Amino acid sequence: METTALKERETQIYRKGETPFEITCNKDSLAGAVSQRACVFCGSRVVLYPIADALHLVHGPIGCAVYTWDIRGALSSGPELHRLSFSTDLQERDVIFGGEKKLESALNELIDRHSPKAAFVYSTCIVGIIGDDLEAVCRRVTAQKGIPVIPVQSEGFKGNKRSGYKAACNAMFRLIGTGDTAGISKYSINILGDFNLAGEIWMVREYFRRMGIEVVANITGDGRIGDICRAHGAALNVVQCSGATMDLANMMEEKYGIPSMRVSYFGIEDMSEALYDVARFFKDPEIMNRTRELIQEEVQKIYPELQRYKKALTGKKAAIYVGGSFKAFSLVKAFRLIGMDVVMVGSQTGTKEDYQELEAITDPGTIIVDDSNPLELTSFLKEKEVDVFVGGVKERPIAYKLGVGFCDHNHERKEALAGFTGMLNFAREVYSSVMSPVWKFVPRKANGNDQAL
Amino acid sequence: MTKMPNYISTTNACKLCKPLGASLAFRGMEGTVPYLHGSQGCATYMRRYIISHYNEPIDIASSSLSEKHAIYGGAANLKLGLTNVTEKYQPQMIGIATTCLTETIGDDVPMIVKEYERETSAANRPLLVHVSTPSYSGTHMEGFHAAVAAAVDQLAQSPAPGNDTVNLLPGFVSSADYRYLAEIMADFGITTTMLPDLSATMDGPALLEYEKIPGGGTPLESIRQMGGAKATVEFGRTLGKTRTGATILEQKFGTASHRLGLPMGISETDRFFACLETLSGRPTPAKYADERGRLVDAYVDAHKYVFGKKAIIYGEEDLVVGLTAWLAEIGVTPILCATGGRSGLFAEAIAAVTEDVLAEQPKAYEGMDFFDIAEEAETLGPDLLVGHSKGYPLARKLNIPLIRVGFPIHDRIGGQRIIHLGYRGAQQLFDLVVNSLIEKKQSDSSVGYSYM
Repeated sequence: METTALKERETQIYRKGETPFEITCNKDSLAGAVSQRACVFCGSRVVLYPIADALHLVHGPIGCAVYTWDIRGALSSGPELHRLSFSTDLQERDVIFGGEKKLESALNELIDRHSPKAAFVYSTCIVGIIGDDLEAVCRRVTAQKGIPVIPVQSEGFKGNKRSGYKAACNAMFRLIGTGDTAGISKYSINILGDFNLAGEIWMVREYFRRMGIEVVANITGDGRIGDICRAHGAALNVVQCSGATMDLANMMEEKYGIPSMRVSYFGIEDMSEALYDVARFFKDPEIMNRTRELIQEEVQKIYPELQRYKKALTGKKAAIYVGGSFKAFSLVKAFRLIGMDVVMVGSQTGTKEDYQELEAITDPGTIIVDDSNPLELTSFLKEKEVDVFVGGVKERPIAYKLGVGFCDHNHERKEALAGFTGMLNFAREVYSSVMSPVWKFVPRKANGNDQAL
Repeated sequence: MTKMPNYISTTNACKLCKPLGASLAFRGMEGTVPYLHGSQGCATYMRRYIISHYNEPIDIASSSLSEKHAIYGGAANLKLGLTNVTEKYQPQMIGIATTCLTETIGDDVPMIVKEYERETSAANRPLLVHVSTPSYSGTHMEGFHAAVAAAVDQLAQSPAPGNDTVNLLPGFVSSADYRYLAEIMADFGITTTMLPDLSATMDGPALLEYEKIPGGGTPLESIRQMGGAKATVEFGRTLGKTRTGATILEQKFGTASHRLGLPMGISETDRFFACLETLSGRPTPAKYADERGRLVDAYVDAHKYVFGKKAIIYGEEDLVVGLTAWLAEIGVTPILCATGGRSGLFAEAIAAVTEDVLAEQPKAYEGMDFFDIAEEAETLGPDLLVGHSKGYPLARKLNIPLIRVGFPIHDRIGGQRIIHLGYRGAQQLFDLVVNSLIEKKQSDSSVGYSYM
């Protein structure tokens, strides 16, 4: 068989059990390799996007704004300013003479029109080149309009998606500490790294409410500027999707002494562990009792149906390719819970520690891959005879073209997959793809090509 | 005429960026990998955007420039990327489009490509076509036409004698439209080079083996021979003085060129078929005369449902012109034609296709975004919207039907299979418009009519 990976990429692929664990990661994508990654701007946009009462102005030519218009399922319980796509739509003359004036006028115009609680100004590739002074413009508009106007240093080429996460955290950190923290309970947390896709943060907040814990700020799902400004009043930062918001938690710990813990809300095991961890932190027996009851009750609700899915899905094979590897850990466990074998797992932006952890929890023979591409992914799907592939929009047609089932676990999804109910939704979605009768017609299964069953 | 009043900011743009159009055009050429010389995000964002419409894989390679390349130039990464794409995809051609980043740092792509051609052996190297597509000037449509023009300019050679083909440059239409056009040309007995051709590359069958580059697309050998064709037919009433594939062939090889509007509705399609009759020396095949006959019959059957309904049409300039021509001829009243493009020829083109049908010209504005369109809609009171799926929030707010056409359609399946062109396309769209209006009337009524 022809090698699928370019030579320079071979060290970014590891097969468990063949050699001692070793993987290269966190490096720039190889030119011409068709990476599934995006850019710095994308990282910042993902993290800040759900803040619903802020103006998100993309300073650059039209592409960056238009490709990120209302593409995520991050819901808001109130204002929906985040669902609009604002751009300075820079033209050739702006590139030559500078875009500062246009930016300032656009900001003034949009702030007058929408009265946002704050404005984020995203820098794009060429803004970094033409040298617009975003800080100066933002300072002027802040003074004129009396709201925080914050530059996000997200020039696309200045690193990868992770650098974009950092830029977003830096932007939010400017807000934190500016709000009034009076009246915040000593049993209080901030939720970091949940983006309220399909209403997930509402479920998680409800669990915490039942435990007797106050949530100060959602960072950033269904997020509000006012809450973020007073986030330093919380006793604990509970951080999911550690790649995206861990930097913010670290900065808050350093400046305000707020400890943080990493959690995941995907799958029964991780969701329960998250709630127990938070309960243990507060060392209050009442909270612990309520947590125990809550988990028992929730698990009982979903268990019978989950068992039905497990019966049908046992022994089927799953592949995972996601943006951040935290999600991959939970997915490996979630698949195990419904009896499926994970045969390939990878991410766009995992760290060495992340891949080490993946190596520890997966079965021998599992392929672990960093910053993969369509050609590699298709060869893994075929080699491992995968039944369902979990990924995002860019991975979907790759799976479907080969007649492989698919579950969307990216920001565009409309199904809540977090929490206890989310585990059931996940199992249901995997089931509805794997068990569909349409596969019998695809070339992989038709005409005696039946490889996977 | 541009939008009034002229806001500085853009909200919910009604256009896409130039390299996206170029990538799609290159995707319709045989064995070609589209390649963006820029940072990684551009390629990934565009792939995501395109995939959500077609539900088909599309690999767009990137130079993946980082900070040091932005300072010292992207030449080394461009060359490395070309080598890697060649090794992994074994393409026949790589279509290189620039981005705002590489245009601004001043990378001289034609020179870098020449250098690369000197440094590598021709035997192992695919054809390299390059096009300048800075996203700060023009829309995806300018990018699309520029990529087609670049391929013609850089590939077409001095004509071989006795070439009896016709070149067809349809612009950016659906996969089903390209398929239908090929069928029409074949039925006229005209050997055709259609550039590009996204009929198979972006609407392919389920596969056993993943194709690195999907089959189909305009054969590169045919592009080389375009200079020897007896004529070129290109669609686009707003192309103006743009240097297009047709004008290049005319200038370089003296190939006669016929510029028509997108054949949408009976009047514009009649013009196209008349042109084909001339070129082939044959009458319109009975199959299409029948299609036309059935279409006229349907127009008559349903004319009262659509008469006087007010429509807002938005999107790419030439598509809006074609849609407006068709809507006007069925009795719908176009009240606003809006585009994010700025050809300067939009209103003129709208007038040209509607002045013998409409007593009053619709507003026709360039440089519009969805904030502007929504503002206009408030006073205009439309009965339906016609355009791509990004008009959905407005249609929802106004509680009126949205007729989804063109690109992108991100909230329905099968956008690539909609036929917009010819009598067949007009038939399908006509049924869709009529039924949408009937459905609206039915569901708004308290009676619960079970026949209409």
